[in-house]
Amino acid sequence: MILPFRKFAIGGEYSLIQLEGIRKSFKVAKRSAGMRQALKALFAREYTLVQALEEISFTIGAGEIVGYIGPNGAGKSTTIKIMSGILLPDGGSCRIMGYTPWEQRVAYVRHIGVVFGQRSQLWWDVPVIDSFELLKDIYKIPPSEYKANLSLLTETLDLSGLLQTPVRQLSLGQRMRCEIAASLLHGPQILFLDEPTIGLDAVSKLAVRQFIKTINRERGVTVILTTHDMSDIEALAERILLIGKGNLLYDGTLNALRGRFASQSMDEMIVQLYREHEL
Amino acid sequence: MRAYVSAGKLKFLNGLQYRSAAAAGIATQFFWGFIYIMIFVAFYSQPTAIQHPPSLSLPDLVAYIWLQQAFLAFIVLWFRDQEIFGLITGGNIAYELCRPCGIYELWYAKLLASRLASAILRCLPILSIAFFLPEPYRMNPPASAASLALFAASLALGLLVLVAVSMFIYISVFWTMSPVGSTLLIGVVGEFMAGLIIPVPLMPDWLQRIAYALPFRWTADFPFRVYSGQIPLQEASFGLAIQLAWLVVLIIAGKLLIKRALRQVVVQGG
Repeated sequence: MILPFRKFAIGGEYSLIQLEGIRKSFKVAKRSAGMRQALKALFAREYTLVQALEEISFTIGAGEIVGYIGPNGAGKSTTIKIMSGILLPDGGSCRIMGYTPWEQRVAYVRHIGVVFGQRSQLWWDVPVIDSFELLKDIYKIPPSEYKANLSLLTETLDLSGLLQTPVRQLSLGQRMRCEIAASLLHGPQILFLDEPTIGLDAVSKLAVRQFIKTINRERGVTVILTTHDMSDIEALAERILLIGKGNLLYDGTLNALRGRFASQSMDEMIVQLYREHEL
Repeated sequence: MRAYVSAGKLKFLNGLQYRSAAAAGIATQFFWGFIYIMIFVAFYSQPTAIQHPPSLSLPDLVAYIWLQQAFLAFIVLWFRDQEIFGLITGGNIAYELCRPCGIYELWYAKLLASRLASAILRCLPILSIAFFLPEPYRMNPPASAASLALFAASLALGLLVLVAVSMFIYISVFWTMSPVGSTLLIGVVGEFMAGLIIPVPLMPDWLQRIAYALPFRWTADFPFRVYSGQIPLQEASFGLAIQLAWLVVLIIAGKLLIKRALRQVVVQGG
């Protein structure tokens, strides 16, 4: 499972993830407030087409940690969903580890782990370990590998006291640590994290960050992370992709960005960038 | 396969936790059972019914009704899994979609398991009491050992058919975003045509013909009449083949439909 450790293969000979002109739009039913409008909508619905992504292209090499940032509604989650094979884009191509995610979904998802910070994959009424055991069978993880992964995750995410507890009795931070562990039990080569630190306290946040660093360094897991917390990015990502209104606005290292906006905090730099692009 | 069995197992164990719901259910089922039998006893005592006895005798009908009540979880379409509706409308289906397995198979396993858990808690107490009730409420034993075996087989196949039917309710939610309409529509038609309101043999001829042409009666009406021997053994064995055919047709149609749904799925929420 350990991949050769290669950082900064951006566009190089080994790109793990390749998106080319990805487009996605959603049909959204619209109506104004009020009884009259609601009645009218019974007969004729009005839809507007929202362009969530227009022509997104980038490549990510094996072993990178990439911060995927942008204001609310920029299309971050949509991109993650397309890359994890859940959504079908309107156009463009996406090759990840030689797969087209939405076409070879079942074969492809074996190699990736996904954490949606605002959703839960654990069974609510049963102890955490039951959900883990189920994932073991779903991913057909060999017992020895499962055992090794579980003990590593238990140790690094400090789960030992949590596994026997029903999920509904966990705090948000505890649950999030379990969610992350659940997404890594099968030893994926790529990890998509969609706002993994949302709502977490300082201690849990640091634990999650430390963990992401560890699996990246020691197992060569490629990490794509969306977040609104700029300190996450600062602590983890050397490369950032900035997306706004469905377009890719910046792709480069954090240091290069720092060079442009000397002596500003991370949050200020981002707001400055948004302003430049009139978002 | 292993994945589906495990998902089903977890759901099954989860379902066994609801013991007080089962106890309340048992009481309700007895209430309904008695009411139905009282109504039909009144019908059967009418002069016309005595002159032209219906093709389903009263003892057979009593067995039919108690079996209905005992295996309610195997035959009703309103028995639904809120969790799956929540997955679709709330967007948690995102996680189901990043698993290396088929959504149809996974949901089928879960639905089957929760029905099994619910039925196991209820059927034994109801049946064991129904055998010792005073006449005319007493349930008769099966017509023969062969009828019992065929009944068990047809009940199991009927359950598989029913879960395949109920899958359409879940799949429809991809488009409707609310389970209310499709549960009502498929539920009312399906349960009526399965003989849950009026046993199929008591329906007028033209209605029986419609019921026989639809898949629903194979989930309830057929196994219950096999039990009492009202459907003879040879016809019953042939019926198993028809159940199997319906099962194949329904599963193929369901899988095609879910494939279409997933192509245009919108994962709700950010």
